[in-house]
Amino acid sequence: MELFAAVTALFTLVVAVAVTYRPLGDYMAWVFTNPRHGKVESLIYRVCGVKPDKEQTWKGYLVVVLVFSAVGFLMLYGLQRLQPMLPYSLGLGPISPDLAFNTAASYVGNTNWQAYSPEHTTGYAVQMAGLAVQSYVSAAVGFAVAIALVRGLTRSASTTVGNFWVDMLRINLRILLPLSALATVVLIAAGVVQNFDGFTTVETLTGGTQIIPGGPVASQEAIKMLGTNGGGFYNANSAHPFENPSAWVNLFQTYMLIVIPFASIRTFGRLANDFRLARSLLATMAILLVVAYGTLTWFELSGGGLAPQAAGAAMEGKEVRFGIIGSTLFTAATTGTTGGATNSMLGSYTPLGQMVAILHMVLGEVSPGGVGSGLYTLLVLVVIAVFIAGLLVGRTPALLGKRITAREMKLAALVILVMPMLALGGMALSMAIPGVRAEIVANSMTDPDSQGMTELIYAFVSAAINNGSAMAGFAADTPWLNTILGVIILLGRFLVIALVLAMAGSFARQDRSTVMVADLPLHRPQFVVLLVGLIVFIAVPTFFPVLTVGPLAGGLR
Amino acid sequence: MTTKVNQVQTSEGRVFLPLGPLLLEALKKFNPKVLWSNPVLLLTWAGGVLTTVVAIAEPIFGGVVASGGTRLPHGFTWTLAVATWLVLLTATFAESLAQGRGRAHTKALRDAKSPFAARRLSRYDPRHDASAHQTELIRVDPVDLRPGQFFLLISGDTVPADGDIVWGVGSFDESAITGESAPVIRESGGDRRAVMAGTKLLSDRVVVRVTATPGHTATDRMIALAEGTHRHKAPKELALSALLASFSLSFVFVALTLNVIVSPVAAPVSIPILVALVVCLIPTEIAALMSVTGIASMYQLLQRGVLVDSGQALEAVGDVTTVLFDKTGTITSGHREATRFIPLDGVTEEDLARTAVYCSIGDKTAEGESIIDLADHLGYATSDPEAPAGDFISFSAQTRLSGRDCAQGLSVRKGAESAIVAWLKHCGAQPDASVLGQLHAQTTSVARLGGTPLVVAEVTAQGKGRVLGVVPLRDVVKPSVPSRMQHLHDLGVKSIMITGDNPLTAAAIAAEAGIADFVGDATPQDKVDVVVAEQNAGHFVAMSGDGMNDAPGLAQADCGVAMNSAAPAVRHAANMVILDDDPTKIVDIIDIGRRQQATRGALITFNMANDIVRYFALFPALFAGTFPGLNALNVLHLHSVPSAILSTVIFSIAVMGILIPLALFGVPYSLANVERVLSRNLLYYGLGGILVAAIGIKLIDLIVMWIPGY
Repeated sequence: MELFAAVTALFTLVVAVAVTYRPLGDYMAWVFTNPRHGKVESLIYRVCGVKPDKEQTWKGYLVVVLVFSAVGFLMLYGLQRLQPMLPYSLGLGPISPDLAFNTAASYVGNTNWQAYSPEHTTGYAVQMAGLAVQSYVSAAVGFAVAIALVRGLTRSASTTVGNFWVDMLRINLRILLPLSALATVVLIAAGVVQNFDGFTTVETLTGGTQIIPGGPVASQEAIKMLGTNGGGFYNANSAHPFENPSAWVNLFQTYMLIVIPFASIRTFGRLANDFRLARSLLATMAILLVVAYGTLTWFELSGGGLAPQAAGAAMEGKEVRFGIIGSTLFTAATTGTTGGATNSMLGSYTPLGQMVAILHMVLGEVSPGGVGSGLYTLLVLVVIAVFIAGLLVGRTPALLGKRITAREMKLAALVILVMPMLALGGMALSMAIPGVRAEIVANSMTDPDSQGMTELIYAFVSAAINNGSAMAGFAADTPWLNTILGVIILLGRFLVIALVLAMAGSFARQDRSTVMVADLPLHRPQFVVLLVGLIVFIAVPTFFPVLTVGPLAGGLR
Repeated sequence: MTTKVNQVQTSEGRVFLPLGPLLLEALKKFNPKVLWSNPVLLLTWAGGVLTTVVAIAEPIFGGVVASGGTRLPHGFTWTLAVATWLVLLTATFAESLAQGRGRAHTKALRDAKSPFAARRLSRYDPRHDASAHQTELIRVDPVDLRPGQFFLLISGDTVPADGDIVWGVGSFDESAITGESAPVIRESGGDRRAVMAGTKLLSDRVVVRVTATPGHTATDRMIALAEGTHRHKAPKELALSALLASFSLSFVFVALTLNVIVSPVAAPVSIPILVALVVCLIPTEIAALMSVTGIASMYQLLQRGVLVDSGQALEAVGDVTTVLFDKTGTITSGHREATRFIPLDGVTEEDLARTAVYCSIGDKTAEGESIIDLADHLGYATSDPEAPAGDFISFSAQTRLSGRDCAQGLSVRKGAESAIVAWLKHCGAQPDASVLGQLHAQTTSVARLGGTPLVVAEVTAQGKGRVLGVVPLRDVVKPSVPSRMQHLHDLGVKSIMITGDNPLTAAAIAAEAGIADFVGDATPQDKVDVVVAEQNAGHFVAMSGDGMNDAPGLAQADCGVAMNSAAPAVRHAANMVILDDDPTKIVDIIDIGRRQQATRGALITFNMANDIVRYFALFPALFAGTFPGLNALNVLHLHSVPSAILSTVIFSIAVMGILIPLALFGVPYSLANVERVLSRNLLYYGLGGILVAAIGIKLIDLIVMWIPGY
């Protein structure tokens, strides 16, 4: 029965993604290759003084990404600090400096880690002018960087990798806004709230009173999922019935999370004119996602203990309207993207289920990954896999006719170091400072046991990989955690972006024409096996030791 | 003289390398300054030092400390310290072994360079005394020769330094360097004027200008490369090193942060076990064997008489997809052979064949012998009992013909058309115009097809002369060439022949040699153009050449292969030199280049597969004392925590027993298509690596468990 439900849900999702894969992917490729600027776009270029046809080198591109993100960060920080002076603030006070820093970092870094409870912290002004704006542009930054890398791979002897402003504007105007508008309409029709009503006090059936917070939920929900952001309008995120009212909306939200990352593989195939390689990448993403979903579901369905056995499954912390399947599918999708939205309480998952969620993030979020970030992270891993495949068959490794030299390998080797270094380093630093350690162990963790360790690991991994989901038991709104997690989010996002753009520049400089025809069988199953194996090999071992005292210690009793 | 190298080569399989000195040399590599260039090994070294320090300090601080809640047996730290040093020793030993093998081979080369005096010409004047009979000679030590100086070689001399012959011609025994025992001719002014230090002049007298300072000669470079003493990392090696460094760094980071992170819930892991964790999981084996594969490949090339100027060139050659062969004297054997008999009207083929054979009996040239062979092959009697006795007239540059004056007064000649006509005229037996016209038509058609027409004529005792016919001579392809070209084809490499011959000849030779494509009537510029065209078509091009006019092409090609007889400028333009002038050695070079990469790929795959098993052996053991449930992950059912850790470290030592031979001899590299190679190698070295590690660690555990305390 459960098996049937699990397969049906997956099948529905696969069909939905498959239907939009080609048209959306091809459309997005057109967005990046179309030489004509739209009227609105031209106007914006003129107003901002941008020369849309002047391209940037990878360094120039990086500088613009950083400046753009820094300005966004400062604006978001300022809005939060000045909240009482803004209209539509629902009478909420200024947000504390450390929390404002954390939230700004988190939204600029497409992470949307929410150390706060939104309905008690952010008014409509911050929500719409700050958080929503960053939900769009941070996703667009990731996409733009991915496209810059693809340009690097497909151009020959070029010093430039594109114009960031053009990419940014087109992604927003031509992709994210129209899709969000579409999704908002669907969500409103499905019953998701969209108003400016503020808090409404109602009398409940039992005679008590309840404060119902309204707000522009559906529009935020659309970009929260489409942009793989995860910053919910309510604290309960997609578990809240106003955000995610029914089982089919839940499935639709899951679909929204993965639709752009999957379709961007088609975009890659179109831009690189190599659909066979794109199919390999698609297969790799799909395998990882399905395996994560399968194991997660299996652990939750067979959750041990008295209560779960009585209930038939580990239903604690899961919404009855979604059930186990609706919850695990959503969680698999959210940990495989930089989604970070949640529709169930991860803290109540079985320890081994929690481990699957952590490992799924640890894999680098390439299944299918965040908007853009999934594509560029996977391409970095492909570079390493191609290098090893090239060695195995005794040929020079080449990807799309570009040689993989020591320089690209150094950059790739650094990229795979960033996340483990940040997550493990952050945890170690927090545990090494006695005062901080005491506070985390005593206050942040639910209990100082393996479950508490799982919460700690989850938080740092989620920040380092820009996921943003969290185990609710972990109290993260402390000055130390806000600060260090904010720093980790920023480094995890922009160090990788810098390395990826450097790689884009390095590939772009290469002259395609003098490089031998790539004859590595990158479109064959054996390459997919190698790539999947490598992704697991690179990511899992560094976290294996700490996981033994967290979810493994909890799950294997 | 030829024997020394040959002895080493034939006894190659049983080169005896004494273990003691190799171990001593391996120990010398423990010097951190030496290890500096190999960070992974340096890390292992640091681990060894740390564990040893802990082992020494332990008794002072109250014995072996528990790790992760597990009590450890007495002497455990010392055992780990020794094991860690042994891991490092196997790593450095591998390199010493590879270098030792190289040295065993180069010993013969060194012997060839044993000290003797060189005859330096102090005031050589090429214009007035080219042969240097009147020039003053100074006896000097060869190491004192400098480029630009001249020396004299008299038959029997060993060449003291690399140089170019400026006067004279001589035959040289180059077997000490190339392993080829047949003497070769070197002469001034042409493409074959270079002589190598260590070779020997067999006859005549030559004057040589020094082109390389002794100590920097071809032989010296060969010795250095084969012994692996001066290695620079090649690009792919650097790329792989970056990946290894990343893996290593992440595990060091894991070890550094682990105890702090787990402190709220688990007792710390002891330092020696953390070190063991790092030593087992960082890619020590690959880091150690990277240089071994490089040295071993150089050694294999040296055995085949190929000199490579860097590891980079060897890596590059594996990618070659097109090879351009310069025809001149390389694909063909250089001497011409008769292909058929073309009688003129009124003459039978048998008559022509018999007369041609008469002309050739006693002729020691290849052409003469080939005529007899051809007649034999066609079934004509070549040992005619009535064969006329008489004097053989050998070929001379003045007459340009050879033949025989038989006892009965019959004279037979073979030679160039004009020479034969002149001879007949001289004998007073000029043929009539129609015969001459027919003859000329035949010779022209032979020449147009790229052959050399040899005309056969006779003058009887009565003074009656007649022209019998034409024997076309053609360049023949070296017997070894077709099979080598097939091999090249199997490697997926396209071969193109470039030649100055007319296209018809080129087509014939290309077909015979099995070369896919050819360019005839090629000028030096054409050679460069073909290289560029192939490169633009996305190919990676190797080119072989030996003439001055090949230098631009060699420089343009991704991989230039010069013949050893070429002038220094030509050799300089190339990345590789083939010592015995056999261009088909390119096949070996490509083979070895690819095998080297495949070996590295196999090693890293094998090592990564090993690691997966090691995770399951080590990680559950770390905190099994605190969380007994973790034993469920002990899939190998290793006996105890200390046994699991020690067995995994010992496995890291033992596995080198498999990996060192793999690195030295290279993985079997088949010519199957890349897809199949990829799946097969993934299966063999990926799955194989998992099985070997699982079985190996389990077996070691079964022994270790009997040690008291484990």
